[in-house]
Amino acid sequence: MLNRYLVVMVGLLGTALILPVGALAQDSAPLTWPDPVPNRQPVAEADKKPAPQRSLVGMWGSRLGNQAKGVQLRPNDGTPGDPLPFTPYGLELYESYRPAEGVPPRAVPPAETNDPRTLCEPLGFPRINHYDLGVQIFQDEHKVAILYNYDNPWRIIWTDGRSLPTLVEGGVEMDGQYRAPRWTGYSVGRWLDDYTLEVQTVGTMPEDRVWLDNTGRPISDQVRVTETFRRLDYDTLEWSETIDDPKMYTRPWQTMQIPMTLQDGRTDAITRYCSPTEIEEYNRIYGDAASAR
Amino acid sequence: MRSRLVIVFAAVVGLLTSVSLAAHHTGATLLSEESVTMKGTVESWLWSNPHCLLSINITGEDGEVVKWVLETQAPNSVYSAGYRSNSFKNGDEVTVSFQSAANGQPFGRLSSAVLPDGRQLGGRGRGAAPQGAGPQ
Repeated sequence: MLNRYLVVMVGLLGTALILPVGALAQDSAPLTWPDPVPNRQPVAEADKKPAPQRSLVGMWGSRLGNQAKGVQLRPNDGTPGDPLPFTPYGLELYESYRPAEGVPPRAVPPAETNDPRTLCEPLGFPRINHYDLGVQIFQDEHKVAILYNYDNPWRIIWTDGRSLPTLVEGGVEMDGQYRAPRWTGYSVGRWLDDYTLEVQTVGTMPEDRVWLDNTGRPISDQVRVTETFRRLDYDTLEWSETIDDPKMYTRPWQTMQIPMTLQDGRTDAITRYCSPTEIEEYNRIYGDAASAR
Repeated sequence: MRSRLVIVFAAVVGLLTSVSLAAHHTGATLLSEESVTMKGTVESWLWSNPHCLLSINITGEDGEVVKWVLETQAPNSVYSAGYRSNSFKNGDEVTVSFQSAANGQPFGRLSSAVLPDGRQLGGRGRGAAPQGAGPQ
């Protein structure tokens, strides 16, 4: 009797172990390493599908994401436009920054720049939104996690209803406790509807550590950043950003409104990183001499 | 104070808008507008961030050999244009199209390259990163 019982148990256990593997094997497509194409063209209108509700999950890229000459909506490329509403302090900082991007004479050769990026300092937030923007987004019932392609930073947006920390001198306060500023700040998000997530961020790094963009616009730790992620359809996510930084600008202004295109989720992205050694080698072989005036 | 700030700001705006349209700035380098096509011998190929670099020896009309250094964008940007870490071998005879540095030095921005076997990297139709696109 005992032996028969054992045989049945072993049989059941074996079946349980084998079945999922078999089922998985039947469902799986051949496993490959597709070529990285991080900027797939937008999907044709006829091929568009409805967006899933309350989901930003996916790998997203955009041909507008580079923003090499400053934030997308206010490029610093010499074209006429409304001047930014600098405060006196903001303008003073702007004039002290020497970017290697943009247009000369403001843009300087690599050897003369004081962009913290060239030391491989973290870009910080929101500059990570303005630098070769491409991301992977994951989420669960508590949060949205954004993994950025460049230098692999990541940030968490809490969507569980917690309140935004209060900005205080040199950091933030939450639940009666002080917290230090950090490179990606503190973010909370709330769904305005089934397809729109609004995100507020405070508690970012001070102006002696970070820039707003490649052309040396300033940003301070007193900024409040509002982002809107709007899922327009299955393949398109519109990512907007407005900054309110009374230390640097006299009024809030919008920096970007970028349509992100859903990429092939199997793409194994090529690493984009900042290496002090490689930057030094690049400048030695090319950068300094090529850009000498 | 306010009027001084306005003057300073106007000066900054003036400087920004006085840039010659005959040249533009991409990354750190001021480039000439014209693209040239030349043949040469590969000396080295550096697959690296922030930008890849191709060093190539080109014989001029006067018979003098000049080493040119041509940059592309970063590996993740130029991958879709066909470039790979082993695209060029030292000694390869290749044809390159590029914009040269405006300062007259033998540097430039590579737009496309034709390999010894006839394959083309970059250029139209190969998904090359547009000017100013890709990592800086």
